[in-house]
Amino acid sequence: MSTGVLTKPGPVEVVATDRGWRRLGRTRTQVLLWIATHAVAVGLAVLFLAPIAFLLLTSVMSDRQALSGSLWPDTWQWSNYRRVWDTPNFLLWWRNSLVYAGVGTLLAITSSVFPAYALAKFRFRGSNALMVVVVAAMMLPPQVVVVPMYVVWSQYFGLTGSLWPLIIPLAFGDAFSIFLLRQFMLTLPDEVVDAAKVDGCGELRTLWHVVLPMCKPAVVATSLFQFFALWNDYFGPQIYASDDPRAWTLSYGLQTFKGAHSTDWNVTMAATALVVLPVVLVFFLAQRAFVEGVTLTGVKG
Amino acid sequence: MSSALAAGRRRGVSRSRWVVLAFVSPFVLGVVLFFGYPLVSTIVYSFEKYDQINPPTWVGTQNWHYVFDEYPRFWTALRNTAWLVVVMVSLRLVFGLAVGMLIVRVRAGVGIFRTVFYLPYLAPPVASTLVFVFLLNPGSGPVNGLLEAVGIPAPAWFTDPNWSKPALVLLSLWGIGDLMVIFTASLLDVPRELYEAAELDGAGAFGRFRFITLPTIRPILLFTTVTGVIATMQYYTQALVAGQAASGQLSSAGSRVEPGYPNGSTLTLPQLVYNLGFQNFDTGSASVIAVVMFVLAMACTVLLLKAGGGFLKTGRIG
Repeated sequence: MSTGVLTKPGPVEVVATDRGWRRLGRTRTQVLLWIATHAVAVGLAVLFLAPIAFLLLTSVMSDRQALSGSLWPDTWQWSNYRRVWDTPNFLLWWRNSLVYAGVGTLLAITSSVFPAYALAKFRFRGSNALMVVVVAAMMLPPQVVVVPMYVVWSQYFGLTGSLWPLIIPLAFGDAFSIFLLRQFMLTLPDEVVDAAKVDGCGELRTLWHVVLPMCKPAVVATSLFQFFALWNDYFGPQIYASDDPRAWTLSYGLQTFKGAHSTDWNVTMAATALVVLPVVLVFFLAQRAFVEGVTLTGVKG
Repeated sequence: MSSALAAGRRRGVSRSRWVVLAFVSPFVLGVVLFFGYPLVSTIVYSFEKYDQINPPTWVGTQNWHYVFDEYPRFWTALRNTAWLVVVMVSLRLVFGLAVGMLIVRVRAGVGIFRTVFYLPYLAPPVASTLVFVFLLNPGSGPVNGLLEAVGIPAPAWFTDPNWSKPALVLLSLWGIGDLMVIFTASLLDVPRELYEAAELDGAGAFGRFRFITLPTIRPILLFTTVTGVIATMQYYTQALVAGQAASGQLSSAGSRVEPGYPNGSTLTLPQLVYNLGFQNFDTGSASVIAVVMFVLAMACTVLLLKAGGGFLKTGRIG
């Protein structure tokens, strides 16, 4: 970004433009910089939105037009969405995605709060070692442990062809959620915990009535990240659910959908829109929590 | 909180051993069951011949010899991963920082811009990859239509081995939303007085960036670099879906698609684990690659912990 113009203070002129610049005494170079910055931002925003616009526009084109590379639909063929909806098992995939992401998030957050609290606020032997384990578990690629885990789930429990091998481990705490919650709990003063104890609160009451209410933004943000990680997961369902199409999730089903409709880009784009839709909806409902969540990850210097 | 005071004394409160045990033992049990046990098993499997039907037999280093000496796809995948780590991670960092700096300067509608730049990061990888395969389709995609309309020779993107990885990089640049938010937060933390002082000393824009912005956000740059490298080493869904969708081959469950289309150019290590372990039922060779991935990931984690300084104790980088 060329911000070099700022260094030479130009002649002071009185400029009265819109809101941000109503204060007097802005130099012309500053106004030009303002315009340049916003022009670049608008240009970039258009580029970022373009793929989504093309996705939506193609999803209502006719089969032939979708293959023509045109940008605007001749006819608005809403029946593409009907075709997606009528695909065998599509509704089941929705349900499975909701169960996997919903139940999985609930289990993961509930079971992660306790170790996160202990790691943030308790002093005990081995807490540093445990923290190293949390970070290592967070960084470990799922492919490293998947082969033996698959053998166990299929041969000892017979649970392949379902999402249970993915959901059950979440009841034992999720390393990334523990990490995020702990990062936030570290910022709570120890005095609050001590005061609750002096007032006669047991550990559970302190956690439930004092610590958790203060952690609400972190719990919301962590839940959202967990939910999206599971909603977007492809590898897990591919390994464990692929045997039975009725157990697939939307993320996994979408790719096989593309395989079955290899030339029907319009229907594929309609299906893609239906998979992205919940993500967009939840994001707009919980925008603040997301931004807080990213900055909460403890990387603020 | 007065951080000077907090830093001066030891953090945390002593608690009875039973409370600690109750709070952390489910997680510790989970780590042993879903992390410790399979990790040891993977290492053992890498020395065994096992097709998941007949009982495993010990074969010593045979799988290791096979993967390293007779299995060129391993080196292809390793080279691709190295390429992605260097190019994708560095471009994402530069672009993410640039967008972060832009957002810090934007006054009007900053919320809207932040939303627009963040949202693609959340899109399900399968969905965003399919959209990019469609957009960059050499024959029928709108992007090449536009490029040809303005007279730029359009590459074949996901169907050309030389352009498939750059196409994946484009896709990854669309998803810099998390980096944008992290960098914006850290840029807003740089003390304004420093900039003013530097300006008085006659520093230009580049000087201010070089001597004030960069040193201040250095810990965050290190952190995002290491986490970016780790994430890219696990790069799976986008590479797999791009290859399968662009190849036009039917990819329903059970069908065999050679991974890495075109010509192995999008093959990554996790795809090999899946292909060998779950399609070829060569558990031993899949485990060798899994162990290689483990060693690489742990090396990066050690780097992260070093780069993060005392962040395990303080929860803060730098």
